[in-house]
Amino acid sequence: MTETTPVLQISGLKIALPKGSDRPYALEGLDLEINPGEIVCLVGESGSGKSLSAGAIMRLLPEPHVHVAEGSIKFRGEEIVAKSETEMRQIRGRDIAMIFQEPMTALNPQKTVGWQLDEVLRLHTKMSRKERRARAIEMLERVHLPDPPSAYNAYPHQISGGQRQRVMIAMALSLSPKLIIADEPTTALDVTTQLQILKLIRELQEQEGAGVLFITHDFGVVAEIADKVAVLRKGILVEQGPASEVLNNPQHAYTRALIGAVPALTPPPLKVPSTAPVVLKGTGLKKTFAARGGMLSGKRKAVTAVKDLTFELRQGETLGVVGESGSGKTTVSRIVTRLLECDAGKVEMDGKDLLALSPREMREMRKHIQMVFQDPMASLNPRKRVVDLIAQGPIVHGADPAKARADARRLLELVELSPASASRFPHEFSGGQRQRIGIARALALEPKVIVADEPVSALDVSVQAQVLKLLADLRDRLNLSLLFVTHDLRVAAQLCDRIIVMQKGEIVESGPTAEVFANPQHAYTQKLLSSIPGRDWTPPVIRTDAA
Amino acid sequence: MTTLDTDLAPAEPPRLIVFWRRYKRNRAALLGLALFVIVLLMALTAGIVDPGDPLRRAGAPLTPPLTDWATPLGTDQLGRDIFSGIFYGARISLMIGVVATLVAIGIGVLIGALAGYFGGWVDDVLMRVTEAFQTIPNFVLLLTLVAIMGSKIEWITLAIGIVSWTAPARMVRAEFMSLRGREFVDAARNLGVSNASIIFREILPNALPPIVVYASVLMALSILLESALAFLGLGDPNYASWGNMIGQGRSVLRTAAYCAVFPGIAIVLTVLSFSLVGEGLNDALNPRQKK
Repeated sequence: MTETTPVLQISGLKIALPKGSDRPYALEGLDLEINPGEIVCLVGESGSGKSLSAGAIMRLLPEPHVHVAEGSIKFRGEEIVAKSETEMRQIRGRDIAMIFQEPMTALNPQKTVGWQLDEVLRLHTKMSRKERRARAIEMLERVHLPDPPSAYNAYPHQISGGQRQRVMIAMALSLSPKLIIADEPTTALDVTTQLQILKLIRELQEQEGAGVLFITHDFGVVAEIADKVAVLRKGILVEQGPASEVLNNPQHAYTRALIGAVPALTPPPLKVPSTAPVVLKGTGLKKTFAARGGMLSGKRKAVTAVKDLTFELRQGETLGVVGESGSGKTTVSRIVTRLLECDAGKVEMDGKDLLALSPREMREMRKHIQMVFQDPMASLNPRKRVVDLIAQGPIVHGADPAKARADARRLLELVELSPASASRFPHEFSGGQRQRIGIARALALEPKVIVADEPVSALDVSVQAQVLKLLADLRDRLNLSLLFVTHDLRVAAQLCDRIIVMQKGEIVESGPTAEVFANPQHAYTQKLLSSIPGRDWTPPVIRTDAA
Repeated sequence: MTTLDTDLAPAEPPRLIVFWRRYKRNRAALLGLALFVIVLLMALTAGIVDPGDPLRRAGAPLTPPLTDWATPLGTDQLGRDIFSGIFYGARISLMIGVVATLVAIGIGVLIGALAGYFGGWVDDVLMRVTEAFQTIPNFVLLLTLVAIMGSKIEWITLAIGIVSWTAPARMVRAEFMSLRGREFVDAARNLGVSNASIIFREILPNALPPIVVYASVLMALSILLESALAFLGLGDPNYASWGNMIGQGRSVLRTAAYCAVFPGIAIVLTVLSFSLVGEGLNDALNPRQKK
């Protein structure tokens, strides 16, 4: 490739935010170049301005609140910033295509897949109806959808998440665009599906020779797909270079911190002896979600979320429950805490079966088994002050309110938050801080067992690492037993002594984490492990200033 | 270089200040608030402006406005002062607006919260009752209730509350149904919090904003309902109410229109003020709905 014009050339791009935002510019002086046949990853944490840069290229910013203040965006040598809306409509879809994060909301649920593919072709080409149909089916074939003609007639809800993302890719590529912008296209997908989609994007992009701007927060994905990497931090480009260079020899402190925060895939050695007493024991748990059919909607099939699950959690141990979406892992966490009534089985703690207790007895027992939820924003009552949120449990269980509040302030310190923040409301905190509050609330009752349902999956990597460290730290200091539900094998490798791998409501494999990772027995576990993005890349050991 | 996520953002100003800032962004809402304050002042100063009984004879019957300074807005066909009638009417209208709304919201919140939180047969029973009330047109039910209970001001207020609780009940039910599935409710349950506490301390504060907004609309509606009753001659004759005044002014509408026009303007402005305040509250309480 000699002296070809870059597909995209961004120089000195500045995007202004409305007055009263946390900073005046979402992006300050972004320079980026994408050549044909190149995948450039734009990496950054939430709020770094990475999605807005995609919006600027497509000219889809919510103007006039957010607008391009300075700089140029050249698409194949032509200035985009100066184009009229009519010209842009021609370019969008035909020359620049976009793949979104959430394929369910990006597709119109009222129209068939075929109709939506057809629409793209109808708007931008002069093909006849027959040609369009043939082209659409050809595209569905190219994205490896099983049985393209039937997929053509399917509605978005009738196909799986991964297949929807394939349809989105087929739509994006049907006009052979020169530039593809993919905004976190695999974030909403399971690991195995994610790997397939990444491979597909690579494969099609090589065939078409298009440039790809791939926006992501996940360094594993970067290691999997990128040719070049650009790292954004709060709107400022901190580092840019070839993927191998940035990944293995990062220069900027922020990049180092980000990469240092990626959990390594090496599980810790087993440290809890198998002689420790069992604190929580589940036997033969079963949960089926009953079919609910309306008069007109027809009967739906009952879904078995968990069938015949048995596990043991020992004192001081962390038991990981891993699996993809729909494997029933979240149902397990809710059955154990009895937020969901179970159909059959027993959960024993202190020789008592939690599932057989009366509501009153169960309320009493709840102080022994606490939960940390996935979404720290949703799980904290937005109208309560932090100190009241943390002290609520002890007060309900009969503690003196003044003492409970004093303890709550102490707990804030334990989770490394300033006690001065006690009288604030949850929305004044960042995601990671909220999760710390959630952890403090769980600890307030001094429980024997903590059930954590994906406690870090809503957080940025660097924050994730800090929260994981806090959890591990507290577990060791307070000798807690953790039931840790996660979909992220990297996170599981960091924290869990033993893991249970679930598929479709059943345990397919269980054992010490190190053993399962080193030598997976079941085919599904092997598939899961081989799908971890960037599994061949070991993050370099970097000492950061913060460590 | 790395930001630790334990660093706190600067403290936000207190909620009330934030609330006021958002509220005053809406000009119309400020106008509404001003009108409301005027009506409130009228109600409070009625005794000072005219210490006597507003229903007594104050001048010659049907004195036109601006002719006699003792009765600046004129008198009706019985010689009663319209000006002081309007001041005393503000008391009745506000009283009915507030009390009837409290009754309606109280019943509505209780029924809606129970139905929405528990679901199942509780929901079925309560909603069938609600629907039974909704099938009868509001005003017809109100006429029936007043016919049975008599037209004392207390009964009228209660009756207005009873005919208007269905809408808030449905609204609260919908709010509860969406809120009860939220994680913070699970979190409270997981702490061992009782059902009553979850309903009233966890969910209700979060369900309040739309209810507060609707309450202002309800106040306007209650005032209109009372006026309509009074217009038909079913109001409490012992009190000067705007509706009563219009009802009586109707017979001299062609010769002395001012008898009905002044109280009419008072009703329009009061109802308008509540609607504008309601809209302002909506903007201030649900800032994300409208940007």
